[in-house]
Amino acid sequence: MSLDSKIPDGPLAEKWTKHKFNLKLVNPANKRKYDIIVVGTGLAGASAAASFGELGYNVKAFLYQDSARRAHSIAAQGGINAAKNYTNDGDSVFRLFYDTIKGGDYRSREANVYRLAEVSNNIIDQCVAQGVPFAREYGGLLDNRSFGGAQVSRTFYARGQTGQQLLLGAYSALSRQVAAGKVTLFPRTEMLDVVLVDGKARGIVTRNMITGKVESHSAHVVVLATGGYGNVFFLSTMAMGCNGSAVWRAHKKGAFFGNPSFTQIHPTCIPVHGDQQSKLTLMSESLRNDGRVWVPKTKEIAEKLKAGEMKPTEIPEEDRDYYLERIYPSFGNLVPRDVASRNAKNVCDEGRGVGETGLAVFLDFRDAIDRDGVDVIKAKYGNLFQMYEKIVDDNPYETPMMIYPAIHYTMGGLWVDYNLMTTIPGLYATGECNFSDHGANRLGASALMQGLADGYFVIPYTIGDYLADMPYDKVSTEHPEFQKAEKEVKERIDKLLNINGSKTVDQFHKQLGHIMWEKCGMSRNAQGLKEAIEEIQKLREEYWKDVKVLGVNEELNMTLEKALRVADFMELAELMVNDALDRKESCGGHFREESKTPEGEAKRDDKNFAYVSAWEYQGEGKPEVLHKEELVFENVKLTQRSYK
Amino acid sequence: MSWITDTLGSSIGKKLLMSLTGLFLILFLVIHLIGNLSIFSGDGGLAFNSYAVFMTSFPLIKAVSYLLYFSILLHAFYAFMLWILNRKARPVRYAVEHANQNSSWASRSMTLLGSLIFIFLIMHLKDFWWQFKFGGGYEFEIDANGNRDLYKLVILQFQYTYVVIAYLIGLTALAFHLWHGFQSAFQTLGLNHDRYTPAIRFLGILYAVVVPLGFASMPVYIYFFMK
Amino acid sequence: MEKERTYTLKIWRQPNANMKGAFKTYKVEDISPGTSFLEMLDILNDQLSENGEDPVHFDHDCREGICGMCSLFINGRPHGPDEEITVCQLHMRVFKDGAKITIEPWRANAFPVIKDLVVDRSAFDRIVQAGGFISVNTGAAVDANAIPIQKVNAELAMDAAACIGCGACVAVCKNASAMLFTAAKVSQLALLPQGDIERKERAMKMVAQMDAEGFGACTNTGACSAECPKGIDLSVIARMNREYFTAKVTT
Repeated sequence: MSLDSKIPDGPLAEKWTKHKFNLKLVNPANKRKYDIIVVGTGLAGASAAASFGELGYNVKAFLYQDSARRAHSIAAQGGINAAKNYTNDGDSVFRLFYDTIKGGDYRSREANVYRLAEVSNNIIDQCVAQGVPFAREYGGLLDNRSFGGAQVSRTFYARGQTGQQLLLGAYSALSRQVAAGKVTLFPRTEMLDVVLVDGKARGIVTRNMITGKVESHSAHVVVLATGGYGNVFFLSTMAMGCNGSAVWRAHKKGAFFGNPSFTQIHPTCIPVHGDQQSKLTLMSESLRNDGRVWVPKTKEIAEKLKAGEMKPTEIPEEDRDYYLERIYPSFGNLVPRDVASRNAKNVCDEGRGVGETGLAVFLDFRDAIDRDGVDVIKAKYGNLFQMYEKIVDDNPYETPMMIYPAIHYTMGGLWVDYNLMTTIPGLYATGECNFSDHGANRLGASALMQGLADGYFVIPYTIGDYLADMPYDKVSTEHPEFQKAEKEVKERIDKLLNINGSKTVDQFHKQLGHIMWEKCGMSRNAQGLKEAIEEIQKLREEYWKDVKVLGVNEELNMTLEKALRVADFMELAELMVNDALDRKESCGGHFREESKTPEGEAKRDDKNFAYVSAWEYQGEGKPEVLHKEELVFENVKLTQRSYK
Repeated sequence: MSWITDTLGSSIGKKLLMSLTGLFLILFLVIHLIGNLSIFSGDGGLAFNSYAVFMTSFPLIKAVSYLLYFSILLHAFYAFMLWILNRKARPVRYAVEHANQNSSWASRSMTLLGSLIFIFLIMHLKDFWWQFKFGGGYEFEIDANGNRDLYKLVILQFQYTYVVIAYLIGLTALAFHLWHGFQSAFQTLGLNHDRYTPAIRFLGILYAVVVPLGFASMPVYIYFFMK
Repeated sequence: MEKERTYTLKIWRQPNANMKGAFKTYKVEDISPGTSFLEMLDILNDQLSENGEDPVHFDHDCREGICGMCSLFINGRPHGPDEEITVCQLHMRVFKDGAKITIEPWRANAFPVIKDLVVDRSAFDRIVQAGGFISVNTGAAVDANAIPIQKVNAELAMDAAACIGCGACVAVCKNASAMLFTAAKVSQLALLPQGDIERKERAMKMVAQMDAEGFGACTNTGACSAECPKGIDLSVIARMNREYFTAKVTT
């Protein structure tokens, strides 16, 4: 099977407009004859489901949470980018496009990213109309801030809760369609398989998480908006329930997986404190605007700190190494996420890390407080400081914060064409669960933008093109394909419940996470990756022999839910490692130790690796086949990123 | 008219009635207190007795008094309805509750306090109002102005220790009821404003202390100093 | 490193909605003060799994205080003994070594128990579906800066919009009233010009749905606001009452 990205021809700026005109339309009176399944109700899912409902389609929306208001999009703090240029500082659609392509280290499609930048403005309009309370200036107009090292102020925000407010906006639009009878919600329902009839996606198999009932739902088209799979690492900033099962099941049914190894590691998280930690808490990147990152100059001082013989505030200026400012004089503490994260790892590897575990660096506001006063800093970061203090029990106004990188986002995901359709006809992927717009590294405040762009302004158009050619007939859930898929799901559940082994699901998950973090985390090398593959295979084998899943299927059983998710992670992890192994270059969040400049910086290899990896599943135990979508750059010049 | 029943039947509508009747009763209390203070006028009860006559015969006051009785009954009836509604809203109670960490005792005990006040009110009405208006068995004397001497009955009643104690309990309940009820009535009406709400709260507390104290001063003074 | 601690936990166990529940007592040991409350429950659950007992079920997801999933009534208070936090942000350092901790589910007629400490809060969704939105279709919006909004109102709207829908207000209210939740949404939209068109209908419909769900009435005790993890102010309730009365009188 060959990959067709369906990128329209013509000049970059006209592609989307032209494409929209060329897309087939479904007559307004006929829309009600089509059923659409949307899995996931985060930004991408809720916005798509609401928009489909408004257009007149019948929508069934599935979510594992108890309410659509709780999807993990809600946790995004910083903001959402748009090329409004309200600040008159030279922003434009092209600049946002350029920054995103460059930030993604030239591993994303020009046409997709341009479209993203183009619709970014509509998103802000839409959200304001929905009542999203963005920050405003005294004149009553919207306020913008610069974010994540961008050279223009293009980030719209709602205090430190932008994701929450945008999600609640989409949730309210969704609720309106529920009230109108156009959308039916299925909360606490987990998708466990996708069903193909005659080669087209025609429905899903779900498990009702309260009654355990395994059910089939049929539709004309299925949209996955199930978020990222960062929880493969066990510890991440993702919500506990975030999982990769939906995309993995789709992958096993024939959807290619794009760039699975592209993972984003966020530099400003609260460090791990012990073995029992269940999740990592992210603090907004905006902290780096005023905080200075440092570690002690020598290992000896770091040891003294750890032993409690010295306090961080007692370390004299000359013994502090503000390593980001030293290595990257022009960007300093505002280098992109991947660079900041990798450098934190480096100094900790040198033994200069701080905190109980030695896996942390300081983020110091002393100078900012001296310069601007406590009140200014409090106004800017008060809630973050408070959150930090609640968790760590340290007062960041008095002693430097400690931070460490953590898994935060997965740029990889299901491969989709320009219409957001996967390689399975009728199966779409939107938001974080597709691979499309962020290349090898995502810029701050771009995730919200992409989720809403896909859901509000892309898929409502492109889905019509597919449906226009579909007959109205519905497929019965009695169809043999549904019955087969249901049977497989039930067997999988029964198998897990009957292993009755000796290790808990979490123990396995932690082991998997450890392998991934050590060998497929912030930096990767061929040897480690090869070891990881073996270890994962062994662990997976052990999992199916020795996992302990208590309880029964027929009632709420969170152990079983987790067991099903971890089973899929075990397989997905191997693909991630294989992808990392294939990509012998360093790019974005993917740092291959074999590919670096003499100074130790990441070295991209555009000659050999300017492609999207799209992996095709071949069956149990068989190696996956790699398809390459060559990336063509006609509007930007490929340069090595440099933040020196 | 269905919108009226619809509105007053909603949870907020019921609270609206509680609030409006409550505020009316609050207004009545202060008038009642000012009138009663004529007990202390030192004229052997002449002023007090004419006040009593005025209150029971002046047509406008009479009309208002019917509104007052109606308000009391409505306030109590809706309180009862809300109590049932609120009980139903939490059929299983908590094993451990530390409500004192998030709300005042008075605010949580409005039903209890209200019930105490209601009992007290029946007793109070039986003691004086019933006697005065319907001749409950007590033979009134006639004062110098030719009015029935209610004053004397008051003095007599407050010689009994148990009566004074009952009054003090009733008035304490009233104080706590007002402590929360005064500002709560405004909040229910939606009258909440950064600038004025603190003033309303202060006024409510002042009222909750001063008015019951004023009432309590009578039985206490009479018991100890007017044999 | 601070000393590790031991706790006695009294937890409500109930296999499903139809069966009766009861408290069960457990002991957890070696808990470090920096452990979060939910991680402490994870440790307990590991222990239970090892002994073959069904783990204690509780809702949780983001574990950073924003999704509103976690919902435990701990020692007589929703989200436990700390201010403006959710359970996932509660840390064991606030409990003394050897303390006895009672954990109950949210108790309200409108929030039936699903299992153990997990309750059904779909009533909140239905209240929002009744009118907690602005009717604007995708694509129909004007330029974002075409509607200037007074900063003070935008901020007040944001204060109200911060609600995470956890249900602590209902859980703590002696009447299990959902006024703070409903009022927060009504207030947010009433404060913004975009929400003006539908304000009357919204207030009436949301209140009607709130009543239909079987929540209690408001006694203005203020417990909801005091325990709200996002510190939503009681003034939103006054505003909703105003909206409601105005709507009823003028339509």
